[in-house]
Amino acid sequence: MAPVLEIEGLRKTYRSRRRGERRALDGFDMVVEAGQVHGFLGPNGSGKTTTLRTLLGLIRPNGGRMAILGREVPAALPAVANQVGAIVESPQFFPHFSAHDTLSLLARAGGVPQRRVTEVLELVGLRDRARERVKTYSLGMKQRLAVASALLKNPKLLILDEPANGLDPGGIREMRTLVRDLAAGGMTVLFSSHILGEVQQICDSVTIISLGRRVAAGPVAEVLAQHSGGGLRVRLEAVTDLPVAADLLTRAGARVTPADDHLVVHGIDKPATVTRTLAGSGLYVSELAPITADLESVFLELTGTAPVPGQHRQVDQSTVVDRPAGTTASDPTTGGKA
Amino acid sequence: MNLYTTELRRLYKRRFIRYTALGGLLVLVAVVVSMFLINQKIGPEQWAAAERQAEQEWRLQVEETQRLRTQCEQARAAGNTADHPAGCAEIEAPPREAFKAEWYLPSTFDFRREFEPTLTTLTAVLALVAFLCGASFVGAEWSSGGMTNLLLWRPRRLEVLFTKLAALLSALAGLTVLTAAAWTAAFWAVGTLRGTTEKMTPGVWQSLGLTGLRGLVLVLAAGAVGFGLASLGRHTALALGGVLGVMVVAQFGLGLVLELAGARFVGKWMLHTYLLAWMQKKVTLYDWNACAVSYGGACEPATFDITWQASSVLLAAGLALVVGGAAWAMRRRDIT
Ligand SMILES: Nc1ncnc2c1ncn2[C@@H]1O[C@H](COP(=O)(O)OP(=O)(O)OP(=O)(O)O)[C@@H](O)[C@H]1O
Ligand SMILES: [Mg+2]
Repeated sequence: MAPVLEIEGLRKTYRSRRRGERRALDGFDMVVEAGQVHGFLGPNGSGKTTTLRTLLGLIRPNGGRMAILGREVPAALPAVANQVGAIVESPQFFPHFSAHDTLSLLARAGGVPQRRVTEVLELVGLRDRARERVKTYSLGMKQRLAVASALLKNPKLLILDEPANGLDPGGIREMRTLVRDLAAGGMTVLFSSHILGEVQQICDSVTIISLGRRVAAGPVAEVLAQHSGGGLRVRLEAVTDLPVAADLLTRAGARVTPADDHLVVHGIDKPATVTRTLAGSGLYVSELAPITADLESVFLELTGTAPVPGQHRQVDQSTVVDRPAGTTASDPTTGGKA
Repeated sequence: MNLYTTELRRLYKRRFIRYTALGGLLVLVAVVVSMFLINQKIGPEQWAAAERQAEQEWRLQVEETQRLRTQCEQARAAGNTADHPAGCAEIEAPPREAFKAEWYLPSTFDFRREFEPTLTTLTAVLALVAFLCGASFVGAEWSSGGMTNLLLWRPRRLEVLFTKLAALLSALAGLTVLTAAAWTAAFWAVGTLRGTTEKMTPGVWQSLGLTGLRGLVLVLAAGAVGFGLASLGRHTALALGGVLGVMVVAQFGLGLVLELAGARFVGKWMLHTYLLAWMQKKVTLYDWNACAVSYGGACEPATFDITWQASSVLLAAGLALVVGGAAWAMRRRDIT
């Protein structure tokens, strides 16, 4: 089955008379398979919104190709538009219309039955406030309205740019459930977010972008595994035995980093080697676990945006990926997945 | 079609647009009411009153003359000839015919003569309303992000822009036709009750119809220009108010500079001259400093005619520039 969304070598340079040029996208690639919930991650200013706007025909790219549901866009955009629901970055609405009016006008323009308006308002929890002017809404309520507008068409592909922005904890959890339900119903969801715990929980796969280029992509588990470095955490029954164990393992060819009450072991192909080596000297392992990094630390490592004490990182200070050679975008320094 | 009816609906739901239209209508009502109040029907009674007043004015003049002549004669008798060297005979009362009764008639509304100029007033008010509505309609869409949302649903940008424009123009046309009908009826009533509606030949009606049509064109053009400018600037009517202000100031400034530089026919450089010429078919500018010799050898001011044809060229060019520019920007520019 063809991917729902394909982007290859997308380039966008913003030109302004005063500031000159800014390369927002510089050969960016992305693939989203059908039925997935795909997370789109990247530091501030890395080009997420630019990508989504370009995809939706709001911005004209300088190069590259894009396809939605197998059709080349922007050329085929009018044909696929009714299957793509989207919100782009803090969506705004005409402040003096009510939520109901806003959605009703959109539904009319798009030939969607009016019944659907009430449905989506109910879905995002705005039913009882739908007749009030958008101007009087809180940030989260506007965000809910935006999600409602994206859902109005009952799209095949749902694109959400920071949908959780401004939502309360309950709202975030509802959003999570909503996205899962939609995906279970066969919808493909692409969303950008900075809340990585959230992404890790609901996404099947992710794409990470830094300075307009892809640094990593693939199923969440794979991305995590690849960037955890294959380390093992080794704990013994007696803490006092740790130095001896470290010595033994080093001689067996491992790189060992001692910690307070355990050892971190790298460079071992099979965990069984650890057990065998130590058991041979009468040391018994009480815990042997692969160190799994969470998405947050992988993200910080990949994008090079982990805070350094005493430094104020500026935006645009993040990992620069070498320009992808050919079609594969694998990156030698960070091991990004093509 | 979906989009067109949606846009009409959106237009109708916009409060600013409703209030602006309402404000314009109130101004027009005020004009009609004041025309009604300041005019009177002329009957035998009014004529008699005017006759009486003319007679009275004349008598006052005669008395005054009498008094002056007596004074003069007394002075001459006293040997003072300096003040009245030519004698007192030249102090003469004006003839009775010099006091015409019609001067003393109250003002009355002659539909045939006075209705046509009111069409210019009507057009001016409606054109202003059209400009503001056009600007706000699309400007608020742009600045509020509504346009972006709509484009996610209807990615054909030019189609969206021109459908919006079509909805605006058809609504304005409807408003203008209805208002013009009511306006005509109202002034017909003013004519009937406070003046006369005599001598309305088909030719006069036709001329009125044509003027009305030119008015309609001007209203639609104003709407389209407001729409185009706001779409180009992608901002609300507020920004447009600025543009309007700058234009007025620039026009005044330009006028002043030209005046100081002693340019001829300063009106030639003023936009409103052309708008007026469009409505009145012709505007004649005078240069009072120049002397064109006339038959009698007297000095007549030089003149310069601006015709509605010349205006139409200017209007069409301006319209094409603004709307074409808006379309071009809509096609080309990123929406961020
Ligand atoms: N209209 C614009 N004109 C000029 N530069 C722009 C414009 N919009 C975005 N940029 C630049 O393009 C780069 C990418 O911006 P973009 O909005 O895509 O980032 P983002 O990944 O969405 O960031 P965030 O996480 O903060 O939303 C930034 O450097 C930004 O300054
Ligand atoms: Mg963004």
